[in-house]
Amino acid sequence: MAVIRDLKTKTLTINMGPQHPATHGVLRLVIELDGETVVKCKPYVGYLHRGTEKLGENRTYPMALPLSDRLDYVSSMSNNIGFCVAVEKLLGIEVPERAKYIRTIMGELTRIANHIVWIATHALDIGAMTVFLYSMRDREWILELYEMACGARLTVTYPRIGGVRADVDQEFLDHCYKFTEEFPKRILQYETLIDQNRIWLQRTKGIGVLTAEEAINWGLSGPTLRGSGVPYDIRKFAPYDAYDKVEFEVPVGKAGDVYDRYRCRMEEFRQSNSIIRQCLEKLPGGYVLAADAPGYDLATGPRKKPAPPPPKTEPAADGSPPTPPPPPEEPGPAFEDVYVATEVPKGELGFYFISDGTGKPYRMRIRAPSYVHASVLPKMCEGSLVADIIANIGTIDIVLGECDR
Amino acid sequence: MNINEVIGLEQTSFLFQLLIIIVKIAVVIGITMLHVAYATYFERKVIGHMQVRLGPMRVGPHGLLQPIADGVKLFFKEDIIPVAADRTVFQIAPYVAVFATLSSLAVIPFFDIFYIANINVGLLYLFAMSSLGGYSLIMSGWASNSKYAFLGGLRSTAQIISYEIAMAFSLVSIMLMAGSMNLIEIVQAQQQYWYGMYLIPQFVAYIVFMIAAFAETNRTPFDLPEAESELVAGYFVEYSGMRFALFFLGEYIGMIVMSSLAVVCFWGGWTAPPILIKLIPPLAMVPGIIWFILKVYFHIFLFYWVRATLPRYRYDKLMSLGWKILIPVALANLVITSILKFIF
Repeated sequence: MAVIRDLKTKTLTINMGPQHPATHGVLRLVIELDGETVVKCKPYVGYLHRGTEKLGENRTYPMALPLSDRLDYVSSMSNNIGFCVAVEKLLGIEVPERAKYIRTIMGELTRIANHIVWIATHALDIGAMTVFLYSMRDREWILELYEMACGARLTVTYPRIGGVRADVDQEFLDHCYKFTEEFPKRILQYETLIDQNRIWLQRTKGIGVLTAEEAINWGLSGPTLRGSGVPYDIRKFAPYDAYDKVEFEVPVGKAGDVYDRYRCRMEEFRQSNSIIRQCLEKLPGGYVLAADAPGYDLATGPRKKPAPPPPKTEPAADGSPPTPPPPPEEPGPAFEDVYVATEVPKGELGFYFISDGTGKPYRMRIRAPSYVHASVLPKMCEGSLVADIIANIGTIDIVLGECDR
Repeated sequence: MNINEVIGLEQTSFLFQLLIIIVKIAVVIGITMLHVAYATYFERKVIGHMQVRLGPMRVGPHGLLQPIADGVKLFFKEDIIPVAADRTVFQIAPYVAVFATLSSLAVIPFFDIFYIANINVGLLYLFAMSSLGGYSLIMSGWASNSKYAFLGGLRSTAQIISYEIAMAFSLVSIMLMAGSMNLIEIVQAQQQYWYGMYLIPQFVAYIVFMIAAFAETNRTPFDLPEAESELVAGYFVEYSGMRFALFFLGEYIGMIVMSSLAVVCFWGGWTAPPILIKLIPPLAMVPGIIWFILKVYFHIFLFYWVRATLPRYRYDKLMSLGWKILIPVALANLVITSILKFIF
């Protein structure tokens, strides 16, 4: 064996990304390989940095809302909701009950859409290409529902500060209900393809294991954390919108490996489906936008305006009178700060605002789950094989638009 | 009996016979190329329909001209050779891939009177050619001077070596059964059974052979050398244009060769099962080439079906499957076959 010991072996450094078919965007990993084993893995982010936080400081709160669409473009609706909930807390706006339910429906539809994209890309990365096309077919359905509600498919900006932009009509509700009836069968289709597949099990069981303690210490959230057995879900712990009025369970894993996180998300499909169903059944009537919801004129801040703006006409389903216009001399919020976290499909999305009373945030800070999740990659990948990197990138479910902001 | 004897060319001059052979090679290559082109179409249609979509639909009716459009596109694309690449080896590698697989066609008996060469060591020759195909992957992976291509090349080396052993062992059982390495004799030997194929007595060998054939042709679930999501495209990541197309050509011809081998060794080649002929006498009129093509296309369909269904193996699992499962199983099968052969 002396000969082998004398062999001078070197590690091989590979630059994976930012252009790579499986890094989910522009994530760049510099990996050091010893044969097929990963010795070192270092993620680099920032290739999609668009200065969202700084942009937010130059816009009024309603004008900054569309920026949140562009964070995690796979689940734009959830980001909108996160933004709106935070600003509503800052401005002290009470959202009408109907809007809360609509938002919950939209939030859960988005969760399903996001997990669909996740299962599609995750399975494709591991090599199961049919799952990709099956699930993309079903995502189309959700995008059509978005389109029905607000006309947009990807960057929706449907939720507004103080409610939602437009009321949903009966056609939307019918289609949505049909979706909740049909979707559980579709989940079974995905599971048939991969759930018990030996190769899938070999590729996911015991890979990228994170214990509960590690997962908490790395600041993980969402299904990535729950896969390790921590039942932390903001929808349960600090309910917003209508989450305190619906019944749902928080699925948790045990082993904290890729497979358990996969199972968690598959269960979340079912839970989200049931939440939508409950919301559709309980959906109350009424307005969908709060009376004191800000218009764009919040830009003027405390400055007194020459004339009151024309009354806003919010379309209402039942022909009820349009929502009254906001008070003309509405001041910006007082000097205070607020942090509100919401459970977006990827984890805990937090918006932190410092308000200085001008109507524009003095500071808008976004706590992006993808950014936190990308940091755990070295921990998961080092010591595993090249193929596991791909499984690990898939399992933490990152979108670089949100990570780089 | 060769086609030459049928048409009474046995006594003619050497030059004329050479001409006949050249014409036969041209026919085989021409037909195979056409089949390869439409195998890609077939693949895209089959996988498309399995994945609730239509596949190519735009070029020609039902996208029938798509393979031709693809070929024209690849042919006119720029042939890029990276500065850091080893030019000579880089340029040769795709030709080796096509050469090895095309040469394999020489010994395949398409039907009882049509084949290019009838040699006594047909199976051995096929092993040799499929090993040679491995060189193209190693050469391209090494010569590209790219880390991804290099990793892909290394993976394919290991994979082809490991799976060739299992494949050889599974076919040795067939040699024992037939008592010959001549592919035509192997087919004829299968006629002694009422079901007319080695598939039933050698079922284990067939399974091992098919798994190894998937690995040999780098098809899913063993497409690690080109693992798109890991190594982008693996060993041919730096290739473009026609050279890139040649690798694909090699892969598809390889698939046809492996399917033909499976058909010849396990499915009775161009013959129909005697029981079937006995039950439905008109079937005896069906020419051998039809049976052969049907059986080959069934296997090609199998390749596509698996591709649409299974995820990709991981490198170490692939190795352990090859060495710890397939080779022992094939060996055990070989021993049992030998014992049974000795007794009866």
